[in-house]
Amino acid sequence: MAAANVALHDTHDHDHDHEHHDNFITKYIFSTDHKMIGKQFLVTGIFWALIGGFLSILFRLQLGFPDMELYFLKPLLGGWIDDAGKLDPNFYLALVTMHGTIMVFFVLTAGLSGTFSNYLIPLQIGARDMASGFMNMLSYWFFFVSGVIMFCSLFLENGPAGGGWVVYPPLSALEQAIPGSGMGMTLWLIAMTFFIASSLLGGINYITTVINLRTKGMSFSRLPLTIWAFFLTAVIGLLSFPVLFAAALLLVFDRSFGTSFYLADIYISGEGALPNTGGSPVLYQHLFWFLGHPEVYIVLLPALGITSEVIATNSRKPIFGYKAMIISMLGITILSFVVWAHHMFVSGMNPFLGSIFMFLTLIIAIPSAVKVFNYLTTLWRGNLIFTPGMLFSIGLVSFFISGGLTGIFLGNSAIDIQLHDTYFVVAHFHLVMGSASFFGLMAGVYHWFPKMFGRMMDAKLGYVHFWLTFVGVYLVFFPMHYIGIAGFPRRYYSWTNFEFSNMYTDLNMFVSAAAIITFAAQFIFLFNFFYSMYRGKKASLNPWRSTTLEWTTPLFPGHGNWPGEIPSVYRWPYDYSKPGAKEDFIPQTVPLSATPESNLPHEQELVKLEKEIIAEEEQVLVANGSKEV
Amino acid sequence: MYGFLIAVGVLLLLSLIWMVYRIQTLVSVVKGSDKKIASSSNKVNAILFIVFLLGAGILMFWYSIKEFDNYNLPLASEHGAVTDNLFWITMAVTGVVFIITHILLFIFPYKYQYKESRKATFYPDNNKLEVIWTIVPAIVLAILVIGGWKAWSDITAPAPENAHVVEIMGYQFAWEIRYPGVDNVLGDHDYRLINEVNNPSGVDFSDKNSFDDFTSPVMVLPKGEPVLLKIRARDVLHSVFAPHMRLKMDAVPGMPTRFWFTPTKTTAEMRQELGDDEFVYEIACTEICGRGHFSMRREIRVVEPAEYQEWLKEQKPYIVNDPTLVENVSSELKELADITISEYK
Repeated sequence: MAAANVALHDTHDHDHDHEHHDNFITKYIFSTDHKMIGKQFLVTGIFWALIGGFLSILFRLQLGFPDMELYFLKPLLGGWIDDAGKLDPNFYLALVTMHGTIMVFFVLTAGLSGTFSNYLIPLQIGARDMASGFMNMLSYWFFFVSGVIMFCSLFLENGPAGGGWVVYPPLSALEQAIPGSGMGMTLWLIAMTFFIASSLLGGINYITTVINLRTKGMSFSRLPLTIWAFFLTAVIGLLSFPVLFAAALLLVFDRSFGTSFYLADIYISGEGALPNTGGSPVLYQHLFWFLGHPEVYIVLLPALGITSEVIATNSRKPIFGYKAMIISMLGITILSFVVWAHHMFVSGMNPFLGSIFMFLTLIIAIPSAVKVFNYLTTLWRGNLIFTPGMLFSIGLVSFFISGGLTGIFLGNSAIDIQLHDTYFVVAHFHLVMGSASFFGLMAGVYHWFPKMFGRMMDAKLGYVHFWLTFVGVYLVFFPMHYIGIAGFPRRYYSWTNFEFSNMYTDLNMFVSAAAIITFAAQFIFLFNFFYSMYRGKKASLNPWRSTTLEWTTPLFPGHGNWPGEIPSVYRWPYDYSKPGAKEDFIPQTVPLSATPESNLPHEQELVKLEKEIIAEEEQVLVANGSKEV
Repeated sequence: MYGFLIAVGVLLLLSLIWMVYRIQTLVSVVKGSDKKIASSSNKVNAILFIVFLLGAGILMFWYSIKEFDNYNLPLASEHGAVTDNLFWITMAVTGVVFIITHILLFIFPYKYQYKESRKATFYPDNNKLEVIWTIVPAIVLAILVIGGWKAWSDITAPAPENAHVVEIMGYQFAWEIRYPGVDNVLGDHDYRLINEVNNPSGVDFSDKNSFDDFTSPVMVLPKGEPVLLKIRARDVLHSVFAPHMRLKMDAVPGMPTRFWFTPTKTTAEMRQELGDDEFVYEIACTEICGRGHFSMRREIRVVEPAEYQEWLKEQKPYIVNDPTLVENVSSELKELADITISEYK
C-alpha cells in the first residue's frame, strides 16, 4: 500500500490546489477526501485481486495437472508441498477458502463498491464530499486492518481457514476436524469483524450522502443509475452485514466459550464425544445466507450500475427504460432478502421451506431479465463507441445472461438436488457474480480513470486485455458446466477416487491452462493502469462526452470537487442524441431553457418552472451551465 | 543455466511487446487517430464480436453434441427421470433465450458501430415493451417452477410404508451403513455410545430393535422397491451424493435427515446397458468436511428383489459378530439377545 500511495502522490503533485494545505499523511494516508479514499480502495482491491487470483492458479494446477510435481513452488509454499511434490489436501481446502473469501469480500465488495461508491457518489450527485469524511476514512482503515489480519493468516503454520468461504460449523468450529479451524479461523473471524465494521461505516455514509447532499435540482428521478445502484447496495449491506456479524459472533462463542449454538452430538475420532448438545448447524447456514445471498447483489448491483452508465454513454443513447431499471433494482433489493434458503435446498431443512424459496427465487429472475432486455434495447440503433469500458460492459451483459440462466436450474429445488455443490454451481456463480462483477469493476476503472488520474489509459492495451479476459473467462468457466452436469463435486482435491468422476482430465487441464492465461492477461491491465497513471496521455475534461456531473469538475479536482459553486442540475443524466440538439449529448447542468430546440413537450412545460428557480439563483450558475453546451 | 535462458527469453519477449506498444502509440499520434471519437479499432472490435459469436457458438454446439454421452450420467432412479426431464426442459427454454440474447448482444455492436454521419435513435422508454418482457418471463418461469414444485413435493413427501430403511452415517472420512434387519426398524442410537472399536455409529443395544441391526461395507438395495435413507453425521457436515440416483442430502450432526427413492436398474443391468463390466453405483460426499472430503466413497449395489432377500438372510447382526456389545444390558434383554444370537448360529 505504502508504495502505491507514493505513486499516487507523484501524479498529483504538480497541480493540486492548496486549499487545505494537506501534508503527505493527511492527503495520501489518513485522507478524508472521498476521491483519495476511493483510490485507496481501488489499489487495495487490485492487490487483493492478484492474491486471490494467484491462489486460484495454485489449486487449478492441482486440478488440471494432478500428476505434476510442484517442487518449484516449495520456496513459496514450504511445507505445504510434501516430499513427493504434491500439494497438501488441507492446504488445497485453505486455498479454495481464501480464494472465495478474498474475491467476494475484499475484491468485489470493498474493491468495487468501496472504490466507486466513494469516488462517484459525491461527484455525480454534486456534493463536496461524503456526509462524514472521517467515518469514510475509518471505513477504509478498518478494511485495511481486516486485510492485514487476513493476510497474516495466510502464513500460519496450520494454514488459514479451510472450511470453504461459507465456513460452515461444525467444521469451522472444531480445530480437531481441520487444522485451518484453529488460529486461521480465529483470524478469519477477527478480519471479518473489521470488514463488517468497514462496510457498515461506508454504507451509512453512502446512504446519508445520497439522501442529504444532492445538489440543487438533483432529484431522485435525475440520479444516474450508478448512484441508484450504489445507494441500494448500501441499503442491502446495512441490513445484511449485521446478520453475518451475529452468525460470526455465535461461532466465536461456540469456538471459544463452550456454547452450543451450532454444535450438537459430535464425536471426534480419537478424542471421543463432545459435551455440546442441542445446537443446530443449519441455524448457522440460515444466518450466513441471510447475508450471503444479498451479498451476491452487493457485488453485482454496483457493476450493473456502472454498466448502465457506460453503455448509455458509449451507445450515445439514453439508457432504455430508466424507470424500469430503477424498479428492477428496487425489486432485486427487496427480493434479495427473501431468497437465501435456496442455497440450502438439501441442507436438511423442511422441504416446505424449499418450495417457498423456490418460488421467491424464480421471481427474482424477472427483474434481472428486464435489466438484460433493457441493455439490449439500449444498444439497439445506438452509435456504439467501443472504449475498453464499453467492451467490458458488453462482456458483463454476456456473463450476466450466461450465469443468470443457469440460476434458473439451481433455483429449482428439484433440479438442484443433482446440481447442488457440483461444478455447475461453480460455473454459475463465477459467471454471474464473479466475472460479471469483475467486468463491472474493470469497466468502471477504464471509464473513470481519466477523472481519477487526469490521464487516459491506453485503449489498445485495454482491447487486448478485454479480449484475452473475455475469451479466457468463458474458456475457464463454460466447460465447468459439463463437468458439473457429469456430477463432479466442488472442493475436491482430486476426482480419481470415483469412477463417475474419473474422467475429463483433459477438460480440467484445458480449464487450468485457460485460467493461467487469463490470469497472465491481467498483468497487461496492471501495466496499463500504473504506467498510464504517470505517463498516460493527458485527458480532456470530458473524454467520453458524457452528461453527468463529475465531468464538470476540473481535471484534478481538489478537496471539495468544484472550485466555485456546485453546479445545479436541470435534467436527467441520459440526454444523449436528443433530436434537435447540436451535440449528441447535453450535460445535466444545461438548463432546459437553454435548449428549446431539443426539448420534449413535457420538458417545455418545465422550462417555466425552471426559469423561476434560475431567477433566484446566481447569474453565474446560468453562465457556467450555458458555457458547457 | 536453463532458468537463465528462460529469464532472457522472457525479458526479450517483454521488451518486444514494449516496443510494439510504443510504436503503435507513436503511430496513432502521428496519424491523429487518437483525436478521433472512434478510431479504426472500433471496427476491429465490432468484427471481433461477430467472430466470437460464431466461434464460441460452433465450439459450444460441437462439444455439447460430441460429449453428450460422457457428461450425461446414466440414470437409475424413479424420481431421477422426473428431475432429469425438468433439467432438459429448462435447458431447452434457457438455451433458446441464451442463444437469442447472445445473437442480439453481439450483432448489435457490429450493426450499430459508430459512424460519424449517423445519430443514435433517442429511444428512452416504451412501457408496453417493459410490460411484455416482464410478463413473458414471469409466465415461463411460473411454468418451470410449478413443474419443479410438483416434483419437489413428490420427492420430499414421506416415504411409502413398505420402504426398506437403510441408515447412512458420515464421518471423517467414510460412510457407515446400517441395516435394520428383519424388523425393518433401526435401533436407537446415541453419540455418547460411539466406540470406534466395535460401535462406530453409536447404536444403543439396550433397545431391542437394534439386536438384528447389521452393517455392510456395500449398500445393497433391491431394484424397483422404495428405499428410505436415514442420514446422519457423527462429526461435521457431510452430504450423501449418489449421482446415478440423482440423490443428495446433507448429513447433519444432531439433526437426522432422510431421502427416499426407488432404484430402477440393477448394477448388472446397467453394466450390460453401458457395456462396461466395471460399472458401479457410487456414493460421494458433497459437503466440505476436511482433508479427506474427496475420498468418502461407498458403493451401491442394486440387485433383483429376490437376490436382495437372499443377501439379507446371509448378514449377521452386530451382536452376533460381537456378543460383548450386549454384555451390560438388563438380564431380560440379555435373554432376548441371546435368543437372537442363537438363531443366527
